[in-house]
Amino acid sequence: MADIQDLKKISTQVRRDIVRMVHQCQSGHPGGSLGCTDFMVALYFHFLHYKLPFQMEGHGEDMFFLSNGHISPVWYSVLARSGFFPTSELATFRRINTRLQGHPTTHEGLPGIRVASGSLGQGLSVAIGAALAKRLDGDQNMIYVLTGDGELEEGQVWEAIMSAAHYKLDNIIVTVDWNGQQIDGPTSEVMSLGDLEAKWKSFGWKVLHMNGNVIEDVISTLQQAKEQTGKKQPIVILMKSVMGYGVDFMMEGHHWHGIAPNDEQLIRALTQLEETVGDY
Amino acid sequence: MLTDFPITGKKATRDGFGDGLLMAGQQNKNVVALCADLLGSLKMNAFVKAFPERFVQVGIAEANMMGIAAGLAIGGKIPYTGTFANFSTGRVYDQIRQSIAYSHKNVKICASHAGLTLGEDGATHQILEDIGLMKMLPGMTVINPCDYNQTKAATIAIAEHYGPVYLRFGRPSWPIFMPENLPFEIGKGILMNEGSDVTIIATGHLVAYAMEAVKKLNEEGISAELINIHTIKPLDEEIILDSVSKTKCVVTAEEHQRNGGLGDSVAQLLSRKMPTAQEYVAVNDSFGESGVPELLLAKYGLTPENIIASVQEVLKRKEMVSSFSS
Repeated sequence: MADIQDLKKISTQVRRDIVRMVHQCQSGHPGGSLGCTDFMVALYFHFLHYKLPFQMEGHGEDMFFLSNGHISPVWYSVLARSGFFPTSELATFRRINTRLQGHPTTHEGLPGIRVASGSLGQGLSVAIGAALAKRLDGDQNMIYVLTGDGELEEGQVWEAIMSAAHYKLDNIIVTVDWNGQQIDGPTSEVMSLGDLEAKWKSFGWKVLHMNGNVIEDVISTLQQAKEQTGKKQPIVILMKSVMGYGVDFMMEGHHWHGIAPNDEQLIRALTQLEETVGDY
Repeated sequence: MLTDFPITGKKATRDGFGDGLLMAGQQNKNVVALCADLLGSLKMNAFVKAFPERFVQVGIAEANMMGIAAGLAIGGKIPYTGTFANFSTGRVYDQIRQSIAYSHKNVKICASHAGLTLGEDGATHQILEDIGLMKMLPGMTVINPCDYNQTKAATIAIAEHYGPVYLRFGRPSWPIFMPENLPFEIGKGILMNEGSDVTIIATGHLVAYAMEAVKKLNEEGISAELINIHTIKPLDEEIILDSVSKTKCVVTAEEHQRNGGLGDSVAQLLSRKMPTAQEYVAVNDSFGESGVPELLLAKYGLTPENIIASVQEVLKRKEMVSSFSS
């Protein structure tokens, strides 16, 4: 379990990985990846109980599901730096014959991934199935899920939210990346999410809030969430985050949702992100 | 020969699913079942009663059901999802594509009330495109058994096969003629009658009608070979090529659109390996409608008489082909 200073160093390195990965292939989604970096680092380096080598069925360990699969760069970086596969493989992101597909998949056998995601709205359902399997097996480990906020516009998500409360699932912690942005603009303009807290609560969930770009807050909120499990109620954390966090010119609005920096922008970004634990 | 397949009773193929599911559950503790508010229609109540902890009711939320099934499969379970064929495929195509097929999850998609024989509920529920939708997905096994016994055997057999499966069956009470304890081999067609003039390849409910057609053709002096193809993907190429190399013409029969069905799969095989005159007994680019199953099958051209007419048609073309080549 890494301490706060270590986590901050790893987060900076992961952000370097993200901008370098999307730059080398000139495609991918840096915005949400940068915004979720602190959460993903805290999860993998402080909370998630996982086993290596990777086992698909995940018996006796926690599982994580990324529903908003387009932020694959942050997941790949965190997986590599957690030891699931060599960090050198990050250089193959989105290139032909890579295991690091544009959106995460089991199809190429990349360790750490249990289901494909990318077509939005499906991950929570899958995670609920995995949580039910753990319950059947008497496995006390946790299921963690990350979903986007724009993704909540998909109807299937609300089917899943309804069902988790119905099944009284209390081994699942969902985090919503509430950055308020999606491809076509602010969520408030594209499709208003309304009172998210009231919505989740009225479906029967325990709702927590956190600032996803303050790692101390992420740690304490995840800890609080974990303490609330086992009480016949699913838990959601509404995580305020800033798309593009950590690179100043990527933090304005939704512009950097799905585009890559050019050579000059890469240099500008990397000067803001010190190499801390070694580039891939 | 057909005499080896006497009609022993009548029961719906969905009853075969329900009874097979119970048995699969008894044989393998990893078998779990999910249903989207259609327990009675899918005949799943016996499983629920026997294994309440291994059953997940998802309500009227089929997309969520497919995702939950994928998640249960990740945890090592063997999930069987149950709803109507329409809601098992078209409604949830992307969920099946991404979370099950592309992710290679061991999910058994069990689909009742397929085709016109759903009857009075009409075209909104009578999917005739499901075989095509499912067989296009890489890695998906597609099975369409013909009677109660075969559906029961298939339901049990798919638990032992690792990988996604689409199992299609129907609503109406239908003749039972397959031997009760015939083991079900995925991908292996069954030769039900030997003949020399024409090959009839049938699947699902249309196998019973093809048997009637074979008998009547025999009375007319036409010797028809009958192949029961319960697995549309992977297709048993050997049994088809062996037969067609002898008869030189083929009629396919199915309760499905001509586009994308069994006939398409057979034509694709033959065009590559043994170009052959072929006729199709299938729904021709049309939606269904409300009505009694037998009358609907008649209106949409899926009767023993339609099979006979197609045989007569294909025999003419076979003669033309042979006169060209001689």
